[in-house]
Amino acid sequence: MINQSNKILNTNITKLVNKTYAYGFSTDIEKDIITKGLSEQTVRLISKKKQEPAFLLEFRLKAYKRWKQMSEPEWGYLKFPQINYQDIIYYSAPKSQKKLKDLNEVDPELLQTFEKLGISLTEQKRLANVAVDAVFDSVSIGTTFKDELSQYGIIFSSISEAISNSPRLIQKYLGSVVPIGDNYFSALNSAVFTDGSFCYIPQDIICPLDLSTYFRINDQNSGQFERTLIVTEKNSQVNYLEGCTAPQYDTNQLHAAIVELIVFENASIKYSTVQNWYSGNEYGEGGIYNFVTKRGLCAGTGSKIAWTQVETGSAITWKYPSCILMGDNTQGEFYSVALTNNYQQADTGTKMIHIGTNSRSRIISKGISAGKSKNSYRGFVNILNKAYGTRNYSQCDSLLIGHSSNANTFPFISVQNSTTKIEHEASTSKIGEEQIFYFLQRGIEIEKAIELIISGFCREIFTELPLEFAAEADNLLTLKLEGSVG
Amino acid sequence: MNSNLSLLEVKNLNVSINENQILRNFNLTINKGEIHAIMGPNGSGKSTFSKVLAGHPAYTILNGDIFFKGSSILELEPDQRSHLGIFLAFQYPIEIPGVSNEDFLRLAYNSKQKFYNKPEVDPIEFLTIINEKLEFVNMSSLFLSRNVNEGFSGGEKKRNEILQMILLDSELAILDETDSGLDIDALKTISTGINNFMNSSKSILLITHYQRLLDYIKPTYVHVMQDGKIIKTGSSELAIELEVKGYEWLK
Repeated sequence: MINQSNKILNTNITKLVNKTYAYGFSTDIEKDIITKGLSEQTVRLISKKKQEPAFLLEFRLKAYKRWKQMSEPEWGYLKFPQINYQDIIYYSAPKSQKKLKDLNEVDPELLQTFEKLGISLTEQKRLANVAVDAVFDSVSIGTTFKDELSQYGIIFSSISEAISNSPRLIQKYLGSVVPIGDNYFSALNSAVFTDGSFCYIPQDIICPLDLSTYFRINDQNSGQFERTLIVTEKNSQVNYLEGCTAPQYDTNQLHAAIVELIVFENASIKYSTVQNWYSGNEYGEGGIYNFVTKRGLCAGTGSKIAWTQVETGSAITWKYPSCILMGDNTQGEFYSVALTNNYQQADTGTKMIHIGTNSRSRIISKGISAGKSKNSYRGFVNILNKAYGTRNYSQCDSLLIGHSSNANTFPFISVQNSTTKIEHEASTSKIGEEQIFYFLQRGIEIEKAIELIISGFCREIFTELPLEFAAEADNLLTLKLEGSVG
Repeated sequence: MNSNLSLLEVKNLNVSINENQILRNFNLTINKGEIHAIMGPNGSGKSTFSKVLAGHPAYTILNGDIFFKGSSILELEPDQRSHLGIFLAFQYPIEIPGVSNEDFLRLAYNSKQKFYNKPEVDPIEFLTIINEKLEFVNMSSLFLSRNVNEGFSGGEKKRNEILQMILLDSELAILDETDSGLDIDALKTISTGINNFMNSSKSILLITHYQRLLDYIKPTYVHVMQDGKIIKTGSSELAIELEVKGYEWLK
């Protein structure tokens, strides 16, 4: 007799982590699309379509020139075929006859799409305590609670709208944290970005609502290049949430976004992401290539940035939300859960650049790899020579499921003064037969067992998420690893 | 043999792991109300036997059969065996980071409730149930909010196993070296817990190296295991004899 139960155990685990993607539908809608390919002409066309001021066209052209001189970074622990940048559509927008005055004029098909994704934009059903900017392919289709927020002097709108309404703020801050030529993908984004969100919190204002952007890629051949810019003035505070999904196609779509945060004296931003782009099928076909540059500048004394991310989607994830701790007594935090399955590859982590004295940073990264996936943490803690009395704590934990998954940790630490305290902890564990057997012996079924092990492993991160998002993150893991937390 | 009374029957069981045969023509019958102790030198197959009963996937059954309450359990998954009433107190209980002991215990309890079509209990009801059981093993309720076995001392881990045994109230409890690594006070506490658990409709299988546990829990039979089978069976007196003479004389 062969070892049956062993086999059953293994198939069960495989089955569990192979749940289908619930957001894989696409919306059929009339679109305004420009022809495939990227040239100076494309950049000019995008700018023209968006009726942008001259400074922005210059910004884009400069970026395009830089991009042409650069090449794709190859240092990530990622393997994927050459991306053909001429085979991508750089602008795809739902066609609308006239300029929309409010959300009631948005195409009902689009509203329904977001409804289906759990994001309601209509007056009656929208989330009571979260303002949402919804981005569909290349454009923002609507922002909720805009008027209510403007009473506080808060600007929350699509970045296109901000470009025409607050050009001076955009000119001042766009590209100030992530320079055009920072990397290959930031140059590309700077040349062709189509929309995104802008948020400005004036001095002494604590934003009364959580703000949120929901990104949806719909078109099969278009890339999504969005930009988010958040500025918080002295003593202000905001909680920002970002969600993303895409339909299921057997080809790969490119997503190259930039998020820039600027935080002044004693202000703080908490930026949370639940990334659930389509990750490809179980044979590694299709899925989003996700190359994202996220960086925040703690410019003033006592300012604070906390990045929290739950990364479960994308075929390729290349993403390092970072903090430049320029002011004295600044604080940078990075909390991450990255779950990869099948042939997904994630190379993600953070950079903490300590410039100010007594600046502090904290990194907690949890990687879960299943199937044949590769999951790497890559971090850089850089303490400059005037950053006296600084502290960093890093913790990187990896959890392996099954026999064919892969976990790596690449921590780089550079310290240039002797008054710094650095701690680094790392662990790798495996959901082993013994652990599952323990649950089973107590009568707990295998699904629940794996789910409990994983949610236990991620607990430190989930407690950092805002309430609405913690539930979503839980749902997400539930989706991938069915069942409910007991 | 009175099959009405027999809870567990192991017949000519042959088991291997990685092509290594561990159990050879192993036979054992345990009736309700009996306490059996299995002793024997290291590597004789005692722990293997306990895991095979619970359905550990690493072992291959070459031939033979295991009957529990009259039917074969070889095809049953570990969780199904657990529901039927087989409990294994582990020699090395597993740590589960981030999962609270209370959640774990409640989930285990409710899984069994569900299996028997009984109502699952909510966290508040469960607190009443578990607090009562905590007393049997002399544990404070603070211990419920800690993560399962994480950072527990050796004694605490073993007490946690006994707590689960009492909570699930299984008919057959297999205790794999539950006494090892315990100081005398912890041993007494655990023995009290085990004796409280035991009654005429249940059975206990003790796997132990030392006679001292048997001072507190009096076995009906003592078996000596060697090279994958039982080579001698006797009364509780046998354990005392073994303590003095060792195993060599039996060869």
